[in-house]
Amino acid sequence: MPESNHSHYEVIIIGAGSIGTPAAFFLALNGIKTLVIDRAASPGQESNKRAIGGIRATHSDPAKIRLGLRSIEIFSTWKDTYGDDIEWYPGGYVFVAYREREEKILKELLVKQHSFGLNIHWLDKKQLLEVVPDLNPNNLIGGTYSPEDGSASPMLAVHAFYRHARRLGAEFHFNETVQKFTLKNGEIQAVHTDHATYTADIVINAAGGHARQIGELAGLDLPVFPDSHEAAITEPVTRFLNPMIVDIRPAPGSSNFYFYQHLTGQIVFCITPSPNIWGTDTEETSQFLPMVSRRMIEVMPRLKHIRVRRTWRGLYPMTPDGFPIIGYAQNPRNFLLAVGMCGQGFMLGPGVGELLARLVLNETEPDDEVILQILSPQRQFAGQEMLK
Amino acid sequence: MSSRRIQKHPILPAIEKPTLTFFWQDQPLVAHVGETIASALIANNIHVFGHHPRDESPLGIFCANGQCAQCMVIADGKPVKSCMELVKEGIHVYPANGLPALPKDDLLPPMKEIKTLQYPVLIIGGGPAGLSAAIELGKHGVSVLLVDDKHRLGGKLVLQTHRFFGSSEAVFAGTRGIDIATRLEQEVRSFPSIDIWLNSTALAVFEDQKVGILKNNHEYVLVQPQVLLVACGAREKFLAFDGNGLPGVIGAGAFQTLVNRDLVKPCDRLFIVGGGNVGLIAGYHALQAGIEVVGLVEALPECGGYKVHKDKLVRMGVPIYTSHTIVSANGKDRVESVTIAQINENFKPIPGTEQHFECDCVLIAVGLDPVNEFYQKALKYNLPAFVAGDAEEIAEASAAIFSGKIKGLEIVRHLGHPEVEIPPDWYQTGEILKSKPGKIYSEQLPELDGGILPVIHCQQEIPCNPCTTLCPLELIVIESEDIRGVPHFIGGNYNCKGCGKCVAGCPGLAVTLVNSRKDPQNPIVSIPYEFPRESLEGKETVTVIDIDGADLGDVPLVGIHAIPDNDRTLIVRVQAPRAIATRIAGIRLQPPELTRPLDHDIEAIKNETIVCRCEHVTAGEIRELIRQGYRDINEIKALSRAGMGACGSKTCGNIILRLFREEGIPLDQVTENTRRPLFVEVPLGAFAGISMEDEEDHHA
Repeated sequence: MPESNHSHYEVIIIGAGSIGTPAAFFLALNGIKTLVIDRAASPGQESNKRAIGGIRATHSDPAKIRLGLRSIEIFSTWKDTYGDDIEWYPGGYVFVAYREREEKILKELLVKQHSFGLNIHWLDKKQLLEVVPDLNPNNLIGGTYSPEDGSASPMLAVHAFYRHARRLGAEFHFNETVQKFTLKNGEIQAVHTDHATYTADIVINAAGGHARQIGELAGLDLPVFPDSHEAAITEPVTRFLNPMIVDIRPAPGSSNFYFYQHLTGQIVFCITPSPNIWGTDTEETSQFLPMVSRRMIEVMPRLKHIRVRRTWRGLYPMTPDGFPIIGYAQNPRNFLLAVGMCGQGFMLGPGVGELLARLVLNETEPDDEVILQILSPQRQFAGQEMLK
Repeated sequence: MSSRRIQKHPILPAIEKPTLTFFWQDQPLVAHVGETIASALIANNIHVFGHHPRDESPLGIFCANGQCAQCMVIADGKPVKSCMELVKEGIHVYPANGLPALPKDDLLPPMKEIKTLQYPVLIIGGGPAGLSAAIELGKHGVSVLLVDDKHRLGGKLVLQTHRFFGSSEAVFAGTRGIDIATRLEQEVRSFPSIDIWLNSTALAVFEDQKVGILKNNHEYVLVQPQVLLVACGAREKFLAFDGNGLPGVIGAGAFQTLVNRDLVKPCDRLFIVGGGNVGLIAGYHALQAGIEVVGLVEALPECGGYKVHKDKLVRMGVPIYTSHTIVSANGKDRVESVTIAQINENFKPIPGTEQHFECDCVLIAVGLDPVNEFYQKALKYNLPAFVAGDAEEIAEASAAIFSGKIKGLEIVRHLGHPEVEIPPDWYQTGEILKSKPGKIYSEQLPELDGGILPVIHCQQEIPCNPCTTLCPLELIVIESEDIRGVPHFIGGNYNCKGCGKCVAGCPGLAVTLVNSRKDPQNPIVSIPYEFPRESLEGKETVTVIDIDGADLGDVPLVGIHAIPDNDRTLIVRVQAPRAIATRIAGIRLQPPELTRPLDHDIEAIKNETIVCRCEHVTAGEIRELIRQGYRDINEIKALSRAGMGACGSKTCGNIILRLFREEGIPLDQVTENTRRPLFVEVPLGAFAGISMEDEEDHHA
């Protein structure tokens, strides 16, 4: 078939999730003819809607910090700029320390975080209890508090990007699965789905938990391996908790866990299993609720009365060093990767989306180069994210 | 203080229970020990339990089944479903207005490990199907855990005061549902291999083939069965109409729970939506409870339920409006009136045909859906699973009993006893019991010539045969292959001994006895009657009615008696002219003036049509999204919050699909939303191994 018969796009994005949807928005905003293809029936139906909604810039490296700060700017001003309520709530983040070990880790990180100009500080026990009065005071040492972090609804946010991307001319094809690429002269020449064939100047892999399979279609061996985390949401109650509470103490079966009160009153919570549960299984297990509830109630006994409404399991597309992969593949060279978000796709999405648009437009800024170097697909994956 | 307790019931014994005092908004009120907070409130004439956080609209009881969370109240500082929580001495209950506050309670109680128990068989649901299956398993000595979320076994049988249809040999036909529940429960409890947990709600079937159960409402346990039997019954469908969120709009199950289990009257004047067996029977139960039944609408040209059930209602003086629908329930804080209209062939109301009726309750009985999510999860997770009763296929309780028996034996075989045989005719009987009502024959009245004979006002093919077993002379027969045929009296005028057993024993109250031996011109007609004897005391005449509800005139009342060995059905004897004697099918209970429409239009109160009761999402909001092109219900859910509430789209799921159809969208274009556990909301502490019962005591 001659290629002129195929629809041509400047950019095809695979995946209408936390990354692909804001990327489509920023591309469309810049007048780029964009198509987003997703196998689900609507945006955000894979890992996006399973994210619990936490948003922070208080990471430990300049790449994610910069992407995070920009993402917070976009999330927090979205309603004023575009009108959609995405349920942004600037409640902050608190990492609690109940043992010297965590105190030491968090304080060491703080030095780094301060060096990047983040608004995060150490609160002693008394100060921390003023911010979070319901914390269990027994053995509490203190914790970090970053008041500018917050939360929003992943589903409403992805939908807002989707709606405005479409308004600006981006096309979305749902219920359509990418099956094959035609590779020629070191480029992806055509994208074949179960419905049609398209051509594009640039193809973006934003396939989240399935990024590795999409990479394989281009002959790439992407080091993106999803593991699964379970989460749950409670009934809504009147506000009693402002920041996201994160406890990084390891315990049998889990490494850390976190919970926050959403703008609409529900407590949303999640735990990181240890050892990791690798694979793409997202069915509910019987271990999760007993494990997480015990840990949450130890940290905040008042939570024992809140009623759990729904539970689910989602994927964290992990990389060997815990950092995302953003940048062009070497071959095919028009294959732009935005994969391996390690469970932070939602909170980093707007910043990543904007960066992808600058990459497509060839308009990267000096700051971007720092990010792209750290997150380069060609890096050695030797380091370790401290707060992954 | 006005009480809404039912003092006199023709079938149910008056409840004489010890009382206690509790507080509603700091006012002391009297409740019965052992009843739910909801029933205690309604008994005290309190119908508005709170106001919705989204739009402050009033909320009241809706499902009375622990499913919908509309009846939430704050009891001793904690939000609870008032239909599931028992009232306690001294508790302080407040309306749930807006979002509840989390109790300020910082104590850290001991946390125990969550136990995993192994059972060969776990049965979820102790209704007709679950109990019948357990009995078969018990007979074979299989260890079974049977869990049920209610305070007693029997499922919906405990609400059924009427005699059951079906086959006398196979399934207790002719016995009242409440009594079948007792018999099944006694038999189940006689088997040592069956453990029974009441007040125990199954929450989820997990991927690791464990089933999470909140035992006794406070202890979380995991059960790992070799085989799961899902016998959870059905849930009621809901309907979209203006004012459907008003207190006073309730499900049929809720109505029967309040009236027949708890003996409280949620209303004085009832209007029924839906002419299936559920709606028809609920109407009859309402009349027995002393509630006026103003009318019944059915969208189809004929009621879908058994004709004998419909005939009963019509004879009592309840108008049935077929090819009609409910337009709106009207009222400010609760239902004050209802508006109905005739519908065209597209089921749309025809303007100008509206009628308004005064009533304080609208009962919704528009069909049932299987509660089968645990079964589907079990299949997905390769946990060997069976499904029985309404959870498999909606049918009568007699069919559920039989389906449970069969599934019980199938499980015995599955567990390694292939020598256990299931009689091949059981499957056929099971199918017969599930069959829908069939052909209607025109009535052939017998010729009366000075003798005595029964008149069988039973014209429709339904699976039912108690009459054939009641006649001691075996003169009533069903001349067809199975029990679905129409019964006939094969004696002449001089064979019947006039014992009246067929009159008192027909579950459809469709048999009369006409005796012309003493006075051929003015025979005595014996009519079955299931209302308090007092309702006829002092009366010299009664209005008699034919099978279609037509008034045959007032005739002298001769006497009222009960038949020995018969179960609570009275026989009323009247003397009637020969010309009408065989036509008489019943006695009118409600005078026509009681059911007349209002002579003025009801001021239109702008009520919205609620689709998602939990989040108060309206039909207009959903339609707007459909019209904007949304086809994935997951997305509609994210944008509107419909389906995000406590019940987990159990109520709105169907209505949203119906709205798609109404908007002309083929359902193959629609993606249904993902269903996730939990089945009901459970305190986090339970999962941490905290006994939430101790917590309650501590907190109180």
